[in-house]
Amino acid sequence: MTAMEVYTLRVNGDDREVADAWLGESLLYVLRERLGLLAAKGACEQGECGSCSVLVDQHLVCSCLVLAASAVGREIVTVEGLAPVGVPSDVQRAFVDAGAVQCGFCTPGLVMAATDLLDRIPDPTDMQIREELAGNVCRCTGYGRLVAAVQQVAVARREAGEPA
Amino acid sequence: MTASVAVGARARDVVGTSPARPDGIAKVQGTFQFSSDLGGDGVLWGMTLRSPHPHARIVSIDVGPAWRIDGVAAVLTADDVPGSPTYGLISHDQPVFARDVVRYVGEPIAVVAADHPETCRRALAAIHVEYEVLDPLLDPEAAIAGTHPPIHPDGNVIRHQRILCGDPDVTGEVVVEGTYELGMQDQAFLGLEAALAIPDPGGRGVELHIATQWLHEDRAQLAACLDLPVEAVRLVLGGVGGAFGAREDISLQVHCCLLALRLGRPVRMAYSRRESFLGHVHRHPARIWMRHHATADGEIVKIEARFVLDGGAYASTSSAVLLNAITHTQGPYRCPNAVVDGWAVRTNHLPCGAMRGFGVVQACFAHESQMDRLAEACDLDPVEIRLRNAMRTGDVLITGQPMESVAPVERCIRETAALPLPDEPIGGHDHDPMRLPGGAGRTADEAHVVRGIGWGVAMKNLMYSEGFDDYSTARCRLADGQATLKFATAEVGQGFVTIAAQIARTVLGVDEVELDRIDTQIGSAGSTSASRQTWMSGGAVDAACRQVRERLFELVGAAHGIDPLRLAIDGTDVVDTAGELRVPVAEATAGVVIDETVEYHHRPTEELDELGQGRCHTAFAFVAHRAVVDVDPELGLVKVVQVATAQDVGRALNPLSVVGQIEGGIAQGLGLAVMEEIVQTDGVIRNASFTDYLLPTFLDMPPVVASLVEEPDPQAPLGAKGVGEPPCISSTPAIVAAIRDALRQVDGVGRRLDRVPVRPSDIALERQ
Amino acid sequence: MPVLTPVSLDDAVRLLDAHPGALVLAGGTDLMVEINEGHRPIGSGGDPTVVVAVDRIAELRTWTVDRGADTVTIGAGVTYRELLDEPLASLLPALAEASRTVGSPQIRNAGTLGGNLGTCSPAGDGLPVLSALDAVVHLVSAAGRRDVDVHDLMVGVKRTSLAPGELIESITVPLLDGWQGYSKVGVRNAMVIATASACLVTDRSSRTVRIALGSVAPTVVRCPDAEAFAAGVVDHDARTVPDDAVARFGELVAATSRPIDDHRSTAAYRRHAVEVMARRLLRRAFPGRPA
Repeated sequence: MTAMEVYTLRVNGDDREVADAWLGESLLYVLRERLGLLAAKGACEQGECGSCSVLVDQHLVCSCLVLAASAVGREIVTVEGLAPVGVPSDVQRAFVDAGAVQCGFCTPGLVMAATDLLDRIPDPTDMQIREELAGNVCRCTGYGRLVAAVQQVAVARREAGEPA
Repeated sequence: MTASVAVGARARDVVGTSPARPDGIAKVQGTFQFSSDLGGDGVLWGMTLRSPHPHARIVSIDVGPAWRIDGVAAVLTADDVPGSPTYGLISHDQPVFARDVVRYVGEPIAVVAADHPETCRRALAAIHVEYEVLDPLLDPEAAIAGTHPPIHPDGNVIRHQRILCGDPDVTGEVVVEGTYELGMQDQAFLGLEAALAIPDPGGRGVELHIATQWLHEDRAQLAACLDLPVEAVRLVLGGVGGAFGAREDISLQVHCCLLALRLGRPVRMAYSRRESFLGHVHRHPARIWMRHHATADGEIVKIEARFVLDGGAYASTSSAVLLNAITHTQGPYRCPNAVVDGWAVRTNHLPCGAMRGFGVVQACFAHESQMDRLAEACDLDPVEIRLRNAMRTGDVLITGQPMESVAPVERCIRETAALPLPDEPIGGHDHDPMRLPGGAGRTADEAHVVRGIGWGVAMKNLMYSEGFDDYSTARCRLADGQATLKFATAEVGQGFVTIAAQIARTVLGVDEVELDRIDTQIGSAGSTSASRQTWMSGGAVDAACRQVRERLFELVGAAHGIDPLRLAIDGTDVVDTAGELRVPVAEATAGVVIDETVEYHHRPTEELDELGQGRCHTAFAFVAHRAVVDVDPELGLVKVVQVATAQDVGRALNPLSVVGQIEGGIAQGLGLAVMEEIVQTDGVIRNASFTDYLLPTFLDMPPVVASLVEEPDPQAPLGAKGVGEPPCISSTPAIVAAIRDALRQVDGVGRRLDRVPVRPSDIALERQ
Repeated sequence: MPVLTPVSLDDAVRLLDAHPGALVLAGGTDLMVEINEGHRPIGSGGDPTVVVAVDRIAELRTWTVDRGADTVTIGAGVTYRELLDEPLASLLPALAEASRTVGSPQIRNAGTLGGNLGTCSPAGDGLPVLSALDAVVHLVSAAGRRDVDVHDLMVGVKRTSLAPGELIESITVPLLDGWQGYSKVGVRNAMVIATASACLVTDRSSRTVRIALGSVAPTVVRCPDAEAFAAGVVDHDARTVPDDAVARFGELVAATSRPIDDHRSTAAYRRHAVEVMARRLLRRAFPGRPA
């Protein structure tokens, strides 16, 4: 294996140096194993489960399908970048309250996808929620509480935005 | 969901409410530590070399070229196993590494440890194994007939068990029969197998952080293979990303510890998705023949059945799965006479063992398909035939065991029937093509689609059977108004950690409940399987807390000169039920430590005798499902529109968690009904990836309408039955019945659809 | 750096010329699967040690309409998500429908039309559309530019006629005057590889009906017999076709397919599925029945 020169990734607003990496490493691997950002999870290695979802230049992608060294100069956002530890975002809080979390392995990816969805479509229909989140597989919940969690956030944000 | 789930205003997070999971915030923020998140500087990676052949003799293994790769620290084979060369849950028939012969595609042959996963991959590729390919045993009937030479010293039949009940010669006026098949389903948890092994100095012991269902059973098997005393092997539960049965057997535990002990440094292993398909047991594929005899009124007179379960290369829990399958032949219905023959056999397919539903899934698809056929033959409604035969408490099962559990079968059916049908027509009020079968593929227009309704009802045993004492241990420590609970119960996502704290709050009148680390530093909790932890570990936590409460009452009683028997917990206070005294628990326990450990055992059970008679099961739960399905008959595509269910839960300790189990279980039942199957041809798996092993997505899973049937079971320590398995059992036949119903509307005949998963070609094409 | 990120097409071509054997990385949704699985050796010894990532080349990320020629030219780096956006989705509705079926939102955000062509899977969702539209593919290399018919680019299962060092620059498709649509059978309602797929396009001005099939042959195939038959039985102005002609059209389409049995489905079902899809697509295009 030939190690590469040093390269720098911009993750959650910070420049992070990556040294001695193997050329074939995915962004998921580098985030987890070299940068210690463990929120994104690997569960399929082929973009079929969404557990590794992150934002790259504001686009939701599977980090397992991003060649890490090709992401130099991109703005990468992971779950760690959404909210400080102990201060969950409204989406994160809704997941917990609505019962959308069981084993929790798919959860960080779904939090990324749901956050992205609500940023683009503030008031999604049931079908929009299902289509936009269809790239995130959950084996525990059967999705019902996840749909409920997204709806809760949409309602809460709408109510907060309305004049009293 | 119905409005019965209240998550809003609540006074205290006690039993019967739905507090948030204690690990919820960590999970949504990504800080919860799963077993695959464990590592650190200097930790090496381990990886496994696996057999490409279903059956072959190993002529030679040359690991030399792997050793010559930079970064490789260890290469181990069967020669490096210091203790027992084999392991297994019931019989120790599975090698840690294949030595002379491989028996399935994916069987481990060697492991390597190296500095990087890519180095591991290259090292595995460099190991040269010479095989002499042998004729694989792939037909379970050949295993039964004895026409194939034994592929294992233990023989090709894992278990043969009959049940003979009542009069074998009696016949009914109406007879229906069918042969049903189920494909091999994968548990497909999201969190892949992963572990971190940390050796003790001098190799005298090892600590393994592992995602498992049963820490103590792993430890016993590990210690034997590692040739270490049991107490030298310490297990800590690594965060578990789902289980569903697949983590009951050993996968990488021994390999990881062997590498760490050999190298004297920490080693982690983490399976890829492909490896996970090869590295754990699956749901048994089954072929089941059933013949129901009934009166003209549809009352079951006798059931004849023959079960053949393909256990794959190693025994795992096949014998227990077979027991469950055959003892659930009758389903939740009365049956006075039965002749059942069951076989679990060994083949060169992937090994099979535990998966949610554990044998009952297989039986239920057959008996529910039969019930619909019986209804048709008797000209009865599918609901009516089930009500006429519905089991009640006190009925005697075909094993001679009386039904002592609360058995609200009729109520489950009636409550399900009363749930509203979907108000959306085919395609929805908005005519969105995404709602039609085929979804974004735009294969159908509304006129091509037919809607059907189908039913499934199930009975499921709870806890372990046949004399097994699957006890659970819990410790409760109460000090300064705070309770600390300790248990070895594997939290795999089901939410035991939530209800354990609820139980402690309820019993002890405290709000602060701390959960100690889940590890082997306390007695066994048994496995997180068989819908047993709410009953067993819930029972253990409840008992430990009650014992602590007794000691608390003694203290308070002594301090105030009151008979402790008069004391009770009211909210967060100790109160005198016959006087004025009211002391907050926090005050009463200031500076005091009460610490109790309790083992909870369920009542004993018996093995079946030669004729399949015996009180082999502990308790039972029941459920009904009604599925509404839109079908495109010409293309064979299906969209499940709604599943309604009423489930016998005894008592809902945490209604929101119960709903989560119901919806999640139905999703797995839906998967088996229409898409999930491990495909093997000539013993080789063809779809070991999430690209080709398809799981239901957001767009495949419909809304669930659920009703919780709460009739507390007096046998259950908290009145609560396990709720995990029933949802995935009769949802499958309900969906298939709905497809049949839709197809019958097209031509008045329909299709038999005797096999799951139902493939588009099964619906669209005439049988060859 | 072993990962090169040119920002202009000229630079990309020069780098590919300077690094023979370099891997071209577009959206990564196919290449990374192969790397993750260990099926694409990279970064050691005799393996490719240079990757040219083409995702920052502005020329590849744009599309243009030529109103004179009535064509749209789409840069190879345009993603499926972008193909779903207006006005592109209305200009090329069949391509938008096909794009909506590609993988998941995450895949559609990364995967590109050029990558779909470069991978050249018989199940590539964009390919039946490009085939039915008789797309022209513009290639560029250090040796210069050349245009190829999309059918000449696709030569086998995951095999193209791209020369070493050659890049897909863009794809030109005509703006037709008539209904067009895409249909895809998979076992799941989302995120699924095509068991079989079909794209049908109609053009009033040339009085043609064209249909291409996916997943039923080593490459995407067109159905010349069915197209010739359709030309004679449809009425483009009244948008009608007789029922018996729809049935015959389906049979002719099925006869063109050359499907196989594999772990995803059977040849018999695939042949059946393209027949049904062809009938339904033709009926959608010509909803009326002649009086």
